[in-house]
Amino acid sequence: MDLIQFERVSKRYVIGQRMNAREAVAQATSRLLRRGASPSSELWSIKDVSFSVRDGEALGIVGRNGAGKSTILKILAGITAPTSGSSRTRGRVAALLEVGTGFHPELTGRENIYLNGAILGMSRRDITLRFAQIVDFSGVDRFLDTPVKRYSSGMYLRLAFAVAAHLEPDVLVVDEILAVGDAEFQRKCIGRMHEAEAEGRTLVFVSHDLDSLTKICQRSLWLEGGEIRDSGPTPTIVRDYLNSGLAPAERGHGLAITSGPITVAAVRVRPDSTVAGGADAALMFGDQLRVEIEFDVSAETPGLDLAVMVTTGSGVRVLDELLSEQSITRFTPGSYRVEVLIPPLLNAGDYSIGLWFGTPHEEFLAEPAAAMFSVHGGDPTRPDRIVAAKLPFAVHRLASINVVD
Amino acid sequence: MRAADDVPEWRVNSADPASREGVVASLWRARDLIGYFALRDLRVRYKQAALGVVWVLLQPIASVALFTLVFRRVANISSQGIAYPLFALVGMTVWLYFSTAVVRGSEVLVESPDLITKVSFPRIAAPAAAMLAPLADFAVSFVLVIVLFAYYSVTPSWRLLATPIWLVLVVLAALGVALWLSALNVKYRDVRHAMGPLVQLWLFASPVAYPSSLLSGWKELAIAVNPMTGLIGLARWSVLGTPWPGWPLAVSLASLAAIMGSGLVYFRRAERAFADVI
Repeated sequence: MDLIQFERVSKRYVIGQRMNAREAVAQATSRLLRRGASPSSELWSIKDVSFSVRDGEALGIVGRNGAGKSTILKILAGITAPTSGSSRTRGRVAALLEVGTGFHPELTGRENIYLNGAILGMSRRDITLRFAQIVDFSGVDRFLDTPVKRYSSGMYLRLAFAVAAHLEPDVLVVDEILAVGDAEFQRKCIGRMHEAEAEGRTLVFVSHDLDSLTKICQRSLWLEGGEIRDSGPTPTIVRDYLNSGLAPAERGHGLAITSGPITVAAVRVRPDSTVAGGADAALMFGDQLRVEIEFDVSAETPGLDLAVMVTTGSGVRVLDELLSEQSITRFTPGSYRVEVLIPPLLNAGDYSIGLWFGTPHEEFLAEPAAAMFSVHGGDPTRPDRIVAAKLPFAVHRLASINVVD
Repeated sequence: MRAADDVPEWRVNSADPASREGVVASLWRARDLIGYFALRDLRVRYKQAALGVVWVLLQPIASVALFTLVFRRVANISSQGIAYPLFALVGMTVWLYFSTAVVRGSEVLVESPDLITKVSFPRIAAPAAAMLAPLADFAVSFVLVIVLFAYYSVTPSWRLLATPIWLVLVVLAALGVALWLSALNVKYRDVRHAMGPLVQLWLFASPVAYPSSLLSGWKELAIAVNPMTGLIGLARWSVLGTPWPGWPLAVSLASLAAIMGSGLVYFRRAERAFADVI
C-alpha cells in the first residue's frame, strides 16, 4: 500500500515575488497600461515529478544544490502548494526540515517541549505520554525549568531534536538536519533514522551524506534540474550520481556553481608537482595528491569557511577536512585558489571531491560530487580497502610469552 | 506495516483549492496548538515585565485620566448620564482589547518566518491564537471597572450577563481585521509601519471617549460602519445601562460579517503562497 503518491508535480517560483506596496502599485499600474507584459521572471523548481512510496519503505533523494529536493519535501509536508499536479499522503506526515522551529528563548525547556511538539503536530496527550522519553533522550533534565536562552547551543539542539525524534508519524520526511551540531549529535540523528527505518516507518530522506543514505534507504531518486534523472536501488543511484561529476578532475575543466556569495570556478586534482611526469600525469597509487579549488567570493561574508571531502564511488566519505580546523582565514571579496595536499593513502579506485561552503549560521553550497578522479595502479589483490596507509609495523622478538593461568 | 482496516485517509496537496481542508476542520485540528501559542504569548508577556499586571492597568488609567481632562473638562462632552471616567473606561477597556489583539495578530505570521517555511500547521491557528492572550489583559482591566462601580456606587443590572455575547463579537471583529492584516503583512511589510497610525485613527473613529449619539444623520451611519461603534455601544448598554444602540448596531454587525467573511477568503487564498513569499 502506498503512503505517498506524488503525481506529475510541478512548482513554479516567481523571482522577485516579494515586494513592498509601492512596487506592487507600480506593477499593477504597468500591467494596466501594457496588458500581458510579465515583469518578473519565473523559475520551475521541479517539473513533472512523479513517484510513490510504499508503507514501510525508505526513499532517498540525491541531487545537487538547486535540483529541487527541498521543494519536493515542502510539497510533501504541505508547507507550500504545487503549481500543478498533486501530492497525496496518508496518515500523519512529520517533516523535519529544521529542528527547534518555534522554540521561544524566554520559555523554559518544559514549555518549549509542549509548544514545539504542538507545532510539529502532536496533540497535548501525545506530548504528555512521551514527555519522560523526550527529556531522557535530550539529557537536559536538570535544566527543564530554565529558559532555553540560557542553554548552550548543544543543549538547545539536543532538546529540539529530542522532540522531533518522538513524533512517531506515519511518514517521516527529513532534510539535511544533520548538517548542524557536533559529531555526537549527528551520530544520534543517524541512529534515530536507523531506528525509524527498522521500526518499519515510512521515510523520505534527503542528504548529502551518501553513506548514511545508502545504509538507510533501499531506493533513491536522483534529481537534476527539477526533474527525475534516474531512480532505483540506492547503491546504483549513488554510484551513478557520484560518477556524473561535472568534469573529470584530472582535466580540470571549468565548472561554475554559484550559490550565495560563492562561485566555484574550477576543481582539480593533480599529482603533487614534484612527482616526475608533470601536472597532467595520471594519478597513481602512492602519489601525493593536490586538490585545487578556485572560487570567487562576491560579497563580504563574515565567518566564511570551506570543507573539502573525498568520497569513494560507493558513497563512503573518506576525508572531510574543514579549513577553520587548520587556520582562520578571512575571505574579503575576490578570487581565491585553495590547495589541499592529500598524503599518498588512497587505494586505487574512483573518488569524488565534495565541497562545502558556509558560515556557522548558513550553508551556501554542499556539493558531494563537484568533481571526480581515479587513482590508478595499486595492489590488485586487495581492492576492498579504501585507505592504504603503509603503516609502520614494529616487530619485537620476545624470549618467552607469559601466560597467565 | 499496518493492518488493512487501519488505513488513514489521503491528504491531498494540489493546485486545486477545493482539495483543501475547511476552516473549521483546520481550527479543530489545531486546537491544542492554538492553546500553546496563546500560552506562549501570555508567558512571554508576563515573564519579562517585572511589574507585569501594573503595565496592563497603567494604560487604561492613563488614557481615561487624559480623556476626562480633555473631553470632559475642556470639551464638556456628554456621557449619557454616566460618570465620565466610568463611561470612558468601559469604552477604553473594549478598545484596548481590540487594538492589542489586532496589532498582535498582524505581526504573528511575519515574526518567525521559520514557522511558515519549515513546518506545516493550519496557518489560521496563528492569528486565531493571537486573539486569546489579550483577553487576560482585558480581564485584568475589567477589575478597574468594578473598582469604579464601587466608587460611584453603581449597581450593574442583569444586562451584565450579556457580556460573553458582546465579548465574542469583539473577538470576532478583531480576528476579521487580523486575518486581513496578517496575510497582507506577509506580502507587504508596509503593514508594520501602517499599524501605528491605523490604530490611532481608528481609536478616534470609535466612540471610546464620546457617545455615538453625539452624531446624527449620515455621520451616524458613517461611524456605524466601524464595527467597534456598535460593539462599544452594546458593551456600554450591557455594563453601564446606557440606551440600546439601535440600528447602528445592525450596521456594525453587517460590517463585522463583511470584514470577517472577506478576511477569511483573502487569508485562505493568500496562505497558499505564504511559504513562497515570506
